[in-house]
Amino acid sequence: MSVHRDDLGARIGMWLFLFTEMLLFGGLFLLYSAYRSLHPLEFHAAGSELNVALGVFNTLVLLTSSYTLALSLTAVEKGQAQLAKRLVAATILLGTVFLIVKGFEWSAEFRHGIYPNGPELLKRAPGEVLFFGLYFTMTGLHGLHILAGMALLSVALLKLAKGTVKRGESIFLENVGLYWHLVDVIWIFLLPLFYLAA
Amino acid sequence: MNTNYLEPQGRGALRDWICSTDHKRIGVLYLSVMLTMFWVAVLIGVLMRLEQMTMGPTLMTPATYNAMFTVHGVIMIFLFVLPGLPAVFGNFMLPLMIGARDVSFPRINLLSWYFFIVGGALAVASLFLGGGAPDTGWTFYVPFSLRTGTNVSLAVFAAFLLGFSSILTGINFITTVHRMRAPGMTWHRMPLFVWALYSTAWIQVIATPVIGITLLLVILERTFGIGVFDPAKGGDPVLYQHLFWIYSHPAVYVMIVPAMGAITEIIPTFARRTIFGYKAIAYSSIAIAALGSLVWAHHMFTSGMSELANTVFSLLTFIVAVPSAIKVFNWTATLYKGSTKLEAPMLYALSFIFLFCIGGLTGVMQGALALNVHLHDTYFIVGHFHYTMFGGTGFAFFAALLYWFPKMFGRTYSKKGAVVAWVHMFIGFNILYGSMMLLGLKGMPRRYFDHLPQYHHLHVVATVGSWILVAGLAIYFITLLRALLHGAKAEASPWGGLTLEWTVSSPPPVENFDVIPTVTSSPYAYNPTRTS
Repeated sequence: MSVHRDDLGARIGMWLFLFTEMLLFGGLFLLYSAYRSLHPLEFHAAGSELNVALGVFNTLVLLTSSYTLALSLTAVEKGQAQLAKRLVAATILLGTVFLIVKGFEWSAEFRHGIYPNGPELLKRAPGEVLFFGLYFTMTGLHGLHILAGMALLSVALLKLAKGTVKRGESIFLENVGLYWHLVDVIWIFLLPLFYLAA
Repeated sequence: MNTNYLEPQGRGALRDWICSTDHKRIGVLYLSVMLTMFWVAVLIGVLMRLEQMTMGPTLMTPATYNAMFTVHGVIMIFLFVLPGLPAVFGNFMLPLMIGARDVSFPRINLLSWYFFIVGGALAVASLFLGGGAPDTGWTFYVPFSLRTGTNVSLAVFAAFLLGFSSILTGINFITTVHRMRAPGMTWHRMPLFVWALYSTAWIQVIATPVIGITLLLVILERTFGIGVFDPAKGGDPVLYQHLFWIYSHPAVYVMIVPAMGAITEIIPTFARRTIFGYKAIAYSSIAIAALGSLVWAHHMFTSGMSELANTVFSLLTFIVAVPSAIKVFNWTATLYKGSTKLEAPMLYALSFIFLFCIGGLTGVMQGALALNVHLHDTYFIVGHFHYTMFGGTGFAFFAALLYWFPKMFGRTYSKKGAVVAWVHMFIGFNILYGSMMLLGLKGMPRRYFDHLPQYHHLHVVATVGSWILVAGLAIYFITLLRALLHGAKAEASPWGGLTLEWTVSSPPPVENFDVIPTVTSSPYAYNPTRTS
């Protein structure tokens, strides 16, 4: 087969994929809005139990990680491969920080008996059960996307090291960047829906 | 001299196939798996009809019957009708028809076949493992699907993987159509099958993620009890139905639009006439994709939605029939004053129009709110659905296979065999599903393993119809298998088709085109003096 390279085609493909990701979360946003309009007070009460400070901290972590990733793409285009590698590594590190903070939050909630089918949660009103059901589903699914993004970033790091991602041939890193930014944007929506619901 | 794509490529037969990123080989891979699964589901269907031959339990228990209609539906829908035309003929023909050497992402194309295979294997495994075959019906409605002890999670996960396969194919086709068209192939010079695939790909991309998340939620609900669909915890089962049909109604257009596309290729070729209303057909595919996304709740008129929602969805349902009707009128107009040759593919294509009209118009009937209450959950729905999905997509699939078989495999088949098969299939089909519609009008509920005496007569008739239909299917497949083994060599263009796939040899060379062609005219210029 003749070698065929089409950067614009790859970009179109990635945007279409991002579109499907948005719709995947879209189903959950739909459930959220339906249940919140049915149980506004209970969503308010449940939302006040989340740690706003940690949520905001994690938002800053993700925004910074998007920034470092955008910088790394610029570095590649300027031919500064070493800098680009450091910046991608920093992005992976920030993703790890996000997951660790998230892990502390979840385990604190678990200790209080707040988890799906948890003894404490089942004593609550239906609206709160639904709130936490959606909270664990959506932040969990989002966490899986962070993990997938970190795996892709590691591949990008390898490709930078091998020199297959370089100036003029950075479409792989660019597409991973698009994916990472989308995951970031989804979090920007999750923060107000859950942490700031109170 | 180029070698054709079927010749060994020197990595051993197995690796040549399952590691190949050639769109033609991937199309054939899909075809072989799909037809195998099709026959499994056909046999399950025949067994269900045999059970209905008599009153009371004869062959199976009610629980087995529940598992059978579930598995029949899951296999037929997710493994045959839904991926059918895009995955087989889309993969094989799309690059050939637009003058390209492959799709945009050949490796992702192979990956999506692997998702398909694993999904298919898990679906089959769910029949035999631990808890027993799923018994929810292919719709997996909550709360029953949360309570039943059968392998629902596994079957649902299988459907999730198949959906992912479908998304990847959709992304691939959209990008391919945008980026890989040969020089001179403007949007309005694309064959109409390509337009249909393009519209279908958009539905796949827009709708499939929604079923993806819905199915994941069913698994999470069963595993962790998150509560969003569980009425005991405040969840709303009707919301599940909404999310399910937001995908699953557009999905029936994923099934029918490429089928219409294939018919649109076959009719002008055998009528020796340019297609009537090219743009109307092309844009009606897009219109179906758009409108079809807005009618999902017509499956839920009896689920307790508001009167307003019922009325709006009823109106939208009537409107979505318009673009389908536009296609039917254009096909008939194409036939007018054509020099029609009744070759085998044409017979199947013409019966598609007949059967699809019945299936489509009975769909409009059910869109009427008052009638819907009477017909809901009866055999009428089952009959209607089979007229569109089997009479429509199924017949179009068989027509397309006969039309492109000489191109795909380089062999000719016995016309007599294909025609005899058609006679049986057409007669058996109408007896079987026509009886079902009558049964439904009289009130026979769907998904019951037994029936009351007043329905007995028609049940017997339907069962006899199923035998004739299966005989036709058997003749069809034997004809093609014989052609595969002993058929005479096919020419490059046995039907005189004018689209680009007929310009290469049969079977096509590995690289499709030595030189990428330059397109200068419409794909259907059969009577150049009469086209403007």
